[in-house]
Amino acid sequence: MIKGVAVTGMGIISSIGNTVEENFQSLISLKPGISRIKKINTVHRDTIKVGEIDLTNDELIEFLDLSKDNNYSRTALLAEVAVVEALENANISDINNYKTGLISSTSVGGMDMTEKHYYSQFKEIKNRKYIESHTAGDSTNKIANRIGISDFVTTISTACSSSANAIMLGARMIRSGKLDRVVVGGADCLSKFTINGFKTLMILSETDCKPFDENRTGLNLGEAAAYLVLESDRIVKEENKQVLAYVSGYANANDAFHQTASSENGEGAFLAMTQALKVANLVPENIDYINAHGTATPNNDLSESRAIIRVFGDSLPYLSSTKAYTGHTLAAAAVVEAVYSILALRNDVILPNLNFQTAMAETSIVPVTKILNKKLQHILSNSFGFGGNCSTIIFSKS
Amino acid sequence: MKNYYINGIGSISAQPTLGENDFSENFKELDQNIVAAFKPNYKEYIKPALIRRMSKGVKIGVVASSIAMKEAGVEKPEAIITGTGMGCVNDSDKFLKNIIDNDEQFLTPTSFIQSTHNTVGAQIALGLGCKSYNVTYVHGATSFESALIDAMLMIDEERSNVLVGGVDELGSYTTSLYNLIDHVKKEETLHDGILASNSKGAVFSEGAQFFVLEDKKNNKTYARLVDLALYNSLAEENIEHKLKQFLNENKLNISDLDVVIFGLNGDVEYDRIYKNLMGSVFKNKQQLYYKHLSGEYNTSSSFGMFSACQILQNQKIPGILKLNKVKETAVKYILLYNQYRGENHSFTLLSSC
Repeated sequence: MIKGVAVTGMGIISSIGNTVEENFQSLISLKPGISRIKKINTVHRDTIKVGEIDLTNDELIEFLDLSKDNNYSRTALLAEVAVVEALENANISDINNYKTGLISSTSVGGMDMTEKHYYSQFKEIKNRKYIESHTAGDSTNKIANRIGISDFVTTISTACSSSANAIMLGARMIRSGKLDRVVVGGADCLSKFTINGFKTLMILSETDCKPFDENRTGLNLGEAAAYLVLESDRIVKEENKQVLAYVSGYANANDAFHQTASSENGEGAFLAMTQALKVANLVPENIDYINAHGTATPNNDLSESRAIIRVFGDSLPYLSSTKAYTGHTLAAAAVVEAVYSILALRNDVILPNLNFQTAMAETSIVPVTKILNKKLQHILSNSFGFGGNCSTIIFSKS
Repeated sequence: MKNYYINGIGSISAQPTLGENDFSENFKELDQNIVAAFKPNYKEYIKPALIRRMSKGVKIGVVASSIAMKEAGVEKPEAIITGTGMGCVNDSDKFLKNIIDNDEQFLTPTSFIQSTHNTVGAQIALGLGCKSYNVTYVHGATSFESALIDAMLMIDEERSNVLVGGVDELGSYTTSLYNLIDHVKKEETLHDGILASNSKGAVFSEGAQFFVLEDKKNNKTYARLVDLALYNSLAEENIEHKLKQFLNENKLNISDLDVVIFGLNGDVEYDRIYKNLMGSVFKNKQQLYYKHLSGEYNTSSSFGMFSACQILQNQKIPGILKLNKVKETAVKYILLYNQYRGENHSFTLLSSC
């Protein structure tokens, strides 16, 4: 077994908490963050439920101490809150004492402001400041400027698997010696764009989502940002750093089946899980818990279940999806669940799959539905997205 | 670190880059401020039923990648890595406009499905039935360079070939916004070309350049990608220092460079950064530019790399690219330096084989 790349810090803001500790408390107290939407004026208000973060943009701006005339999208605001916590957690005082990079990810970017000012940007000069904050790279640039990373900075967008690929690239950059330290993660805010997009696909649940349930009704959208600090063995040694966990395996494969739907036997997911195990030099029996993608759409959960059975056979590890807590936070989902997986490892606790009642007829998989205290060594986390993008990350105990 | 060879290229741009002859034979400087890419004969590359559904970015990405793969003799790449600043901007805008104009009613999913930034990479994979590694980089003017860095890592990690490219399409809503804030040049300032325009902004265009990067050289190899570095922000006074550091890491000095290609786009505010270097550290070098031909878009630097590969293979520098006159010599090392609006700087170093 190879040790992997050290995670030395993490930060998160989601609908179940504004910090890592708040998220953990909500997780172990079985408190979901799913409600009716308050901050977006949408006609679907009464027919969908979402994982919305309580803080308003003004409160976030105040927390981050930004100037009144800032042009931050909500995605950028959430991203900065999580990055600031991650750096504090990693106990980094001088970001540039080692070769440090930043790899962020998003799917909507500054869409929230563009949809708000779609026509008014032409009439009102004051709204034009948001033109440049629309692009996917904008929130990444803002983070980079705030924390002082000037060289290797990039942004990934592979829909709902985006931040898994950010973690993967970060780990590869450290393994190759191109970087000593890298901040990786992603952010997405709720927007009319995604609400209506998933609505037209008819995969938004009108009630609390039920991952892996026979009678699942679709997904709840959510908003979140989360970031990890990855550091080389050299930094860990030289600075005597506390290692929260190791990123020991990762893989990305493409389902090459359909632009949005997953293949029936989950070929892309199967390949991602198998290859990640290989990178980690582990066998399926070594995995103690699977943090599934488990969006609660009919298509994803069946396809993912079949892929998991193909990899793990009859002896399935404990499994759950945490999407019923946070909703599906799109580009941020993988790194949100990375934080949860690391919390699970550190506390030897398996996080439950809320709202589950009946196993799917096709697979009979029963996820963990209560807090379960177990010694955990290796956790496998899946994230899949439009475009057939399938990614798996494996976290191992430090 | 391994060697990275460029063994196949496909380009769709505002110039006729599909030709078999001298790559720049029919190039003309762009004289409008927004210029669409040349339309290839899509039917030669894409099933007719799909052509109608695909957005332009997807279509030109699919065509450019098929040409690159055909040239390299690669059928299923071991990785597909795409850079795109704006992604499928037209589908994205179409869906958003419908939401706003129809108050979230009567929407259909097609444009939403195709709006994600990774659609080009996904459609290439789908068309090839290619299940390998697939990632899309979306970081402004270094989207393509980010993709190249990942491609180099892939080769280091024992992949023998990678399909890597840059693609962006023009979107009318986006360019109308960029007009408002002077990112698009005023057309009336373009009579005598972008360099004489003395105005803010750039000529906007679109295009797709895809490359097959392999770990082995063959008789079709264009060039070797030596190294690449990105700097998200870089103070003007530090550019020379970072450049020397980058060359030193590759055991080279400025004196080893034969040609330097600049991302000059005619923007009076930011071209100054290039011009200061042209007049100092690169004074006696053969200096080239290309955005008067390709126009500006987030991944237009991939057109610069396409041009550099052609020069290295042909050992001939087209006059239309030249910024100065120096004595012609054999071209071994070419450096590309690009930045957009003073941010997202990149050095790309190529060598002949």
